[in-house]
Amino acid sequence: MKRKLSDAQFAWLIIAPSVVIVFGIVLYPLFETFLYSLKDLDLSAGSLGDYVWLHNYLEILSDGDFWASAGRTAYFAAVSISLELILGTLIALLLNEEIKGKTFLRSIIIIPWAVPTIVNGAMWKWIYHSEYGALNALLTQLHLIDHYHSWLNSPWMAMNMVIIADVWKMTPLVTIFLLASLQLVNKSVYEAAMVDGAGMIRRFFTLTLPYLKPTLLVIIVMRTMETFKVFDIIYAITQGGPANGTMVLTYQAYLKAFSNLQYSQGATISYLIGMMIALLTYGYVKMLKRGEAA
Amino acid sequence: MRSKPFRLLQYAFALCVAVFTLAPFAWLVISSVSYQKDLTTTPLKWIPDNLTFERYRDIFTNPDNEMAYAFKMAMINSFTVASTVTVIALIVGGLAAYAISRYRFRFREKLVYLFLFTYMIPSVVIVIPLYLLFSEMQMLDSKMTLVLLDLTFVIPFVIWVMQSYFDSISKEFDEAAAVDGCSRLQTLWYVVFPIVRPGIIATGILAFLLAWDEFFFSLLFTSSLEAKTISVAIAEFSGKNAVDYGMIATGGVLASIPPLLIAIVFQRYLVRGMVAGGIKE
Repeated sequence: MKRKLSDAQFAWLIIAPSVVIVFGIVLYPLFETFLYSLKDLDLSAGSLGDYVWLHNYLEILSDGDFWASAGRTAYFAAVSISLELILGTLIALLLNEEIKGKTFLRSIIIIPWAVPTIVNGAMWKWIYHSEYGALNALLTQLHLIDHYHSWLNSPWMAMNMVIIADVWKMTPLVTIFLLASLQLVNKSVYEAAMVDGAGMIRRFFTLTLPYLKPTLLVIIVMRTMETFKVFDIIYAITQGGPANGTMVLTYQAYLKAFSNLQYSQGATISYLIGMMIALLTYGYVKMLKRGEAA
Repeated sequence: MRSKPFRLLQYAFALCVAVFTLAPFAWLVISSVSYQKDLTTTPLKWIPDNLTFERYRDIFTNPDNEMAYAFKMAMINSFTVASTVTVIALIVGGLAAYAISRYRFRFREKLVYLFLFTYMIPSVVIVIPLYLLFSEMQMLDSKMTLVLLDLTFVIPFVIWVMQSYFDSISKEFDEAAAVDGCSRLQTLWYVVFPIVRPGIIATGILAFLLAWDEFFFSLLFTSSLEAKTISVAIAEFSGKNAVDYGMIATGGVLASIPPLLIAIVFQRYLVRGMVAGGIKE
């Protein structure tokens, strides 16, 4: 058979549809958003986009609201990821043991992860309900609280309640990743360590943890990127409230752009979010590389 | 052998894990089949005296109940959008992944990173111009627009995951097929495709779940039952003040059934696909 196309031509031919769809839809708005962030496009003030260059960035970076949102986002990210890692590791270690009911546990562990984010949010909002919520009912019936609380009414409490909902959904992912790595562990090393009299906790810190480190770092990178752009679960449970208690960065950008029609301000915050994620990822990857070299 | 107190601790922990995993969703299911009056009594009864499946019946058959009808149409939209996205992304992204894995050409590495980069861009960074553009072109509130938008992150995801599957099968199959006179596309279809089928299933499932769970684009780009997805419908009704929680729960249970079934039936495939996608050199 005669081949008309070279390998490279054929490769480009079958890559072309992906390139056209993905870059066709993403690159133009990516660039355009950047231009918006340099203009003063603000339909609420009737200004239609003269270049103001870095003015938006300077204004937002000196705005207390922005830093408050950034702080809340960082709090959400740090607390959710830490809880997910700790719980995920403990559960993965448990499921890696020979216990009865292991198969059952392994098959139910994935359930929270499969529940769609918005359903998860609506479900916890219902559980936290101040009058009819299951959480109030449970804690009262166990005599842990003496009256019904409005869990989502104070800013700090609301943020923690959203974190619980996020941890419920995302811990299974961490567990599954870690369990997959644990199953590739070389058992004989552990047996040797036991013969040498290394206790369980010592074995965990000297053998298991270093072994899991690359996987843990991958999870941390993935989850940092996700939590820094968190939006869906906030929208479903608190919509940024109460008193801005759960106003994270993406939610602020969304409100500025689509509720206040301050497109340029929204665009600027979006770009700042993108830059933060890029910086964090860069930092982690460097850490990862250094870890490998050592 | 582990010591006895340690064993006990393990089982106590296992029990806690099982309860915390199942209880919230179980409560959602119970709420969906309880009468409103049972859900609003204090002290709350955990197991209702009577069950009702009326809400489920309403969603499937009653066009006069506003909320039930909205959930039904939104479910159909979600299905249409998520399946279309999955099929297109598998074909288009699968071909690109194959090319990237099999052929050496200029900018190959850069292209891979560019796709990965697009996958990581937060949606919020691109939506403002897209919104203005689509509203000018009168393409808001259409399933087609939503499919296009979802493809921007599902295709890169498929490329990323499928590439590792193609990398894992030996090139000798391709070469043997070429010697036997297969054209490149024949080789792909008759030789490579059957071998990577498990990988395609796993990737397809994850792609479907990604599209099914998508919320941000649907929230901004759809407004009526013409294109609104189930996530948007649920968020909308659960955000209102006087809420029929039983109905929200019913919509939530129905919206969770496709991903739950997939997750439980295809667990093995799924885990392999997730690990292949997440942990790549």
